[in-house]
Amino acid sequence: MSDIIIKGGVVFDPLNNVNGELKEIYIKEGKVAEEFPENKAKVIDAKGMTVMPGGVDLHSHIAGSKINIGRLMRPEDHRKDPVPRSINTRSGVGYSCPSTFVTGYRYAQMGYTTVMEAAMPPLGARHVHEELNDTPIIDKAAFTLFGNNYFVLKYIKEGDKDKLKAFIAWLLRATRGYAVKIVNPGGVEHWKWGRNVEGLDTPIENYEITPREVITSLAESNEELGLPHTIHLHCNNLGVPGNYETTIETIDTVKGIKPKKGREASVHIVHCQFNALDGENWMKLKSGASKISKYVNGKSHVTLDLGQVIFTDTTTMTGDGPWQFRLWELTGNKWVNSDVEMEAGAGVVPYTFKKNNPANAIQWAIGLELALLIKDPWKVYMTTDHPNGGPFYYYPKVISWLMSRKSRTETMLESNKSCIRKTTLDGSYREYTFNDIAIVTRAATAKVLGLVNKGHLGIGADGDVSIYKINPKTWRPSKFKELEKAFSSAAYTIKNGDIVVKDGEVHSTSLGSTFWADAEIPEGLESELVKELEEDFSKYYTVNFRNYPVEEAYLPTQIPVEAKGGKW
Amino acid sequence: MQIVTDIVCPFCGCLCDDLEATIENNHISKIKNACAISRSKFLNHSKNRLNSPTIDGEKVSLEKALDAAADILSTSRRPLIYGLSSTECEAIGKAVEISELTGGVIDNTSSVCHGPTILALQQVGESKTTLGEVKNRSDLIIFWGSNPTQAHLRHLLRYSGISKGLYTSEGRKKRFIIAVDIRETATAKMADQFIKIKPNKDFELLQALSAAVRGYEVPDVAGVSKDEIMELANRMKNAKFGIVFFGLGLTQSRGRHMNIDAAVMLVAELNHHTKFLLTPMRGHYNVAGANTVTTWQTGYPYAVDFSRGYPRYNPGEYTSIDLLAKGEVDAALIIASDPVSTFPANVVRELAKIPVITLDHKISPTTMLSKVALPVATAGIEGEGTAYRMDGVPLRLSKLLEPEEGVKTDAELLDMIIERIGGKR
Repeated sequence: MSDIIIKGGVVFDPLNNVNGELKEIYIKEGKVAEEFPENKAKVIDAKGMTVMPGGVDLHSHIAGSKINIGRLMRPEDHRKDPVPRSINTRSGVGYSCPSTFVTGYRYAQMGYTTVMEAAMPPLGARHVHEELNDTPIIDKAAFTLFGNNYFVLKYIKEGDKDKLKAFIAWLLRATRGYAVKIVNPGGVEHWKWGRNVEGLDTPIENYEITPREVITSLAESNEELGLPHTIHLHCNNLGVPGNYETTIETIDTVKGIKPKKGREASVHIVHCQFNALDGENWMKLKSGASKISKYVNGKSHVTLDLGQVIFTDTTTMTGDGPWQFRLWELTGNKWVNSDVEMEAGAGVVPYTFKKNNPANAIQWAIGLELALLIKDPWKVYMTTDHPNGGPFYYYPKVISWLMSRKSRTETMLESNKSCIRKTTLDGSYREYTFNDIAIVTRAATAKVLGLVNKGHLGIGADGDVSIYKINPKTWRPSKFKELEKAFSSAAYTIKNGDIVVKDGEVHSTSLGSTFWADAEIPEGLESELVKELEEDFSKYYTVNFRNYPVEEAYLPTQIPVEAKGGKW
Repeated sequence: MQIVTDIVCPFCGCLCDDLEATIENNHISKIKNACAISRSKFLNHSKNRLNSPTIDGEKVSLEKALDAAADILSTSRRPLIYGLSSTECEAIGKAVEISELTGGVIDNTSSVCHGPTILALQQVGESKTTLGEVKNRSDLIIFWGSNPTQAHLRHLLRYSGISKGLYTSEGRKKRFIIAVDIRETATAKMADQFIKIKPNKDFELLQALSAAVRGYEVPDVAGVSKDEIMELANRMKNAKFGIVFFGLGLTQSRGRHMNIDAAVMLVAELNHHTKFLLTPMRGHYNVAGANTVTTWQTGYPYAVDFSRGYPRYNPGEYTSIDLLAKGEVDAALIIASDPVSTFPANVVRELAKIPVITLDHKISPTTMLSKVALPVATAGIEGEGTAYRMDGVPLRLSKLLEPEEGVKTDAELLDMIIERIGGKR
């Protein structure tokens, strides 16, 4: 690692209010540093180029049993995209379910340096970490699934708030998880009997509580523990026409919960596109994006990400078993269901988003509508919910749709007219600026995740920088193809002060770090909790309590993020 | 004397994790909670050991044996790397790397056991679960072409038939167990109902059941009367939570992956009526891990060829038996497996013609046939690592004993070979 000076670039660093300034960036010992003399440093000439902090993806499926089922079941997908080994890199496959090595390389090639795995079943935590350790370059973390966990439901039913909080802290540590992920609360538990829930107030069988209570209890506990990220919520009724109402109701139900100090939001709604459908059924589908946007524009306690649709063949995978079953019924494609005892479940179904399919065209528009109608880019982030809406390496395409109305119009005209008639997309003249893109792809995501050294280029920040060969001073929205090219293959990606990508080629492949949330539990409470857990484990789990927590061996490069000052 | 608890058993796909061992002078003197097979593995693990690296049966130093192994692999035009179902995941990852570096083919034992299960999953999917759901909720269990009473000895106790859980506090009493097999196995004897079918007629019966579940009339099929088929279909539809555990009786009889296709589709269809799942009974303790690791690194679970520098997958072409039968490989690296005992004789003859490197902890027909044999520490007894249970749950294998001086784990040895053939890092 040598010291690096990036000279002459146009810098976008929204967290430090740097908006397209000509500015030098100095990196010393892997961190952004004060100015130092040039003599021993490596100087990168970034003249006429865009300089941003390394990208931070807050919702992607890159490691663990779900994506690996996708890989396993789709040899036909891999055949479209074989990746040979090179002098610096391992071989593998790409497309919708890329192998671990290729995942790391391709994110880095786009200038992304931090990626969150969005759903980790606790019982499969070792699997997630094993794969993350085989994912080179990028820093990462995984969100532990909580929404249908037996102990969560039990403690909510018993009204034992302290135990619930203690359990959250304990499970995050046991699985080395970073955030509280909730998927279709109650619905996944019901799916274990072959059913779903209808909405926020369906009583959850055997527990006499509702999805609404699960969400509010977890949100409240999350904030009281002072965890770095908000709850990360996959709403009920995903993929059901008319579900925008459930989404608004869900966001509204947590508005009274006080966020932890230093954060405005108390809930993050994931891949909102799939939850912004209006209309009675698929035939009468229309966009519910404007209604959700209107609500979100008036509130400060919610953030969301797009789950943007890409017109391509992809593989859907969620922790939402009943939804994947429904999708199998709708498509007749192959279907894998994978239930996890006492805590979670998942399903995987291949799916092709087609331009000439009216529903797909509307879904495509919804993602963009959300991005364009929600005024504050600090509240809405760019994702494809990889690979659900499409593979992550289509991000440059999404950037071009956001930054260029011409690019959008071109796709709109190629697609079913429903995307014009049943949505408001055609009426939007807003075009994202480079600064907006820097916000929705790194600054805001790092901020809401609570990763204080990521997403910006202030002194002391991690030396993660991406440099793109495009001049923001001369670029015009009509040149969206150039934009796509520039964001697809970074001129430089620098990770902790190492040049890992140059001219779109991977140069070095060190292993990044794994973040996890380390919240304290009062001592007496912890021993009481462990006693209860041990008892239920011996009765209901098929692994022994002591074989459940992930061992240190699985975290060769970990960074615990402390959550201090929890309220007890 | 030391007592170690919560030990994960490195024998079968059940991966029971509640064993207790008494250790005296670096020797296991007692083992608790183990089944008969597991007990024998733990108590006799020091017997019949491969006690030195050998070249052509002559004892040599480790360095010399590794050099010879590296030489064989790096001069080979198309090496086969095979086995991997009875070792830790870390070693499997290294084996993939060797295959990539040498432009070889990597395959694991699923090509001769549950390969068809994977082919079916790639064709139509699979509705599966971790075993705890069966323990906690099931009221109907069907063992199809599988015989846990004799092959997965604690399966019934810990995970299925007689286990008690959250909504199944009465255990065996409230469960209906069916065995479908061609003969009355020990499992069939303890089941509530035994359905004896004609050999190689599984596919027909599964299809008839699907038709019956959909409400069609069916004739007598596979030696099973139509009344019995209708009754079974109704029982399946009316179960609260049902599951099919299938074994090699289904995957390796006529129809192979088509049988599993039919079973998967039957179970999928049943989900329109109730909750129904199926789960393969994997044999070797980490064969699931071999598939899992190979899949995340290459995209494919077994039969992966690297001759073009990127992974290609084609069971039937890149599977070990096919490659050997056609004389396509010119060297072999066997890890934790004994193909000389399990492969067809004419294929073993082909194996005898090429230089073979074997990593094993015990003497086997394969080590005896090998050009280079390397003794290893027994994973799960003398070395740590990860293993995946038959249902995909990853567990940590433990190190109970120190291996003999100088004896290394599979992963360590493979890493030393990688260094010698010019791997990165």
